Amino acid sequence: MVELALPKNSRLEEGKVWTKIASDAAAPSREFKIYRWSPDDEGNPRVDTYTVNTDDCGPMVLDALIWIKSNIDPTLTFRRSCREGICGSCAMNIDGTNTLACTKGMDEVSGDVKIYPLPHMPVVKDLVPDLTNFYAQHRSIEPYLKTVTPKPEKEWKQSPEDREKLDGLYECILCACCSTSCPSYWWNGDRYLGPATLLQAYRWLIDSRDEATGERLDDLEDPFRLYRCHTIMNCAQACPKGLNPAKAIAEIKKMMIERRV
Amino acid sequence: MANQNDMRTPLSRVRGLGSAKDGTEHFWRQRLTAIANIPLMLFFIWTIISLNGVGYEQTVAYLSSPFVAIVMLMVIGAGIYHMKLGMQVIIEDYVHGAAGKALLVANSFFAIVIGATCAFAILKLGFGG
Repeated sequence: MVELALPKNSRLEEGKVWTKIASDAAAPSREFKIYRWSPDDEGNPRVDTYTVNTDDCGPMVLDALIWIKSNIDPTLTFRRSCREGICGSCAMNIDGTNTLACTKGMDEVSGDVKIYPLPHMPVVKDLVPDLTNFYAQHRSIEPYLKTVTPKPEKEWKQSPEDREKLDGLYECILCACCSTSCPSYWWNGDRYLGPATLLQAYRWLIDSRDEATGERLDDLEDPFRLYRCHTIMNCAQACPKGLNPAKAIAEIKKMMIERRV
Repeated sequence: MANQNDMRTPLSRVRGLGSAKDGTEHFWRQRLTAIANIPLMLFFIWTIISLNGVGYEQTVAYLSSPFVAIVMLMVIGAGIYHMKLGMQVIIEDYVHGAAGKALLVANSFFAIVIGATCAFAILKLGFGG
């Protein structure tokens, strides 16, 4: 049965309030409430409060996290890399929405900035979720060009019109914001592939150069792998790249119908 | 999260037992019955409203008309089948393990029992009460 409440050892507790740095007393500041949990400590996760000097750090939420790590608490753990919305590492739940910390401006959040890891994923530490299953799901759809025809001397050709069909699909950075915002993925993430993987599956289904469309559809034809999508649309709302996984999934369903009706 | 004693690779767990090669039929039938239910349910609601306050004899006479009886049988068929398909999705979504399987069986049986009972009532009235 679906568990609607968190298990006892995952319930949040009041955390530490880190004192404001003395030299920042007069500086403009923002309060950050951040989820903390470490496998090395015993006890439940907690929410720590940090005060960030906004004059001393950049405008994005990621800037503030790096500022906290550099100036207040070096143990605060999070993933980050490109700081410009292309690597997908810093996906987390900010102000109730899954998004990238590097492209979310602090000014977009009113009041305290509340930061949690991506929902319903096992937590490795603090804001770092375990995405092993998510990556394995992506791998399972064989996200690469599959052909039988002998490789052409120069390149596989594609018309500009067919290339255009990949727009809105190829831009996905696999940050997992969409999949972890989807209730169907929360309840059935072990069997349902989730919006990110299905958007990628469609990216290869619709690629005019690919010769495995039928096999790809065969692999997706499953009550759980594909049909757990009930068009809730959280995925499209969460996607920090403005993509629409729900539409891609609907297109896959249309292809399924097309080949039998 | 994977059981600690489960040494399978993440890909092996994701691939699981493979694709069921099924699901589109369920999806398609749910949409078909949904479309069918638009006129059928409108007819059903209109019937209920128009029979409001009418006596037993008149109700039997109305339901004995071949057109009404056939449409009412279609209301029952499409309506209950749609209900069964929808409830199946909800059970699959929220109830996992053995309890889910048991509920899926119960859901099918419930739909058949309700459907057969309703159909019998319509046929009985249709053939003269």
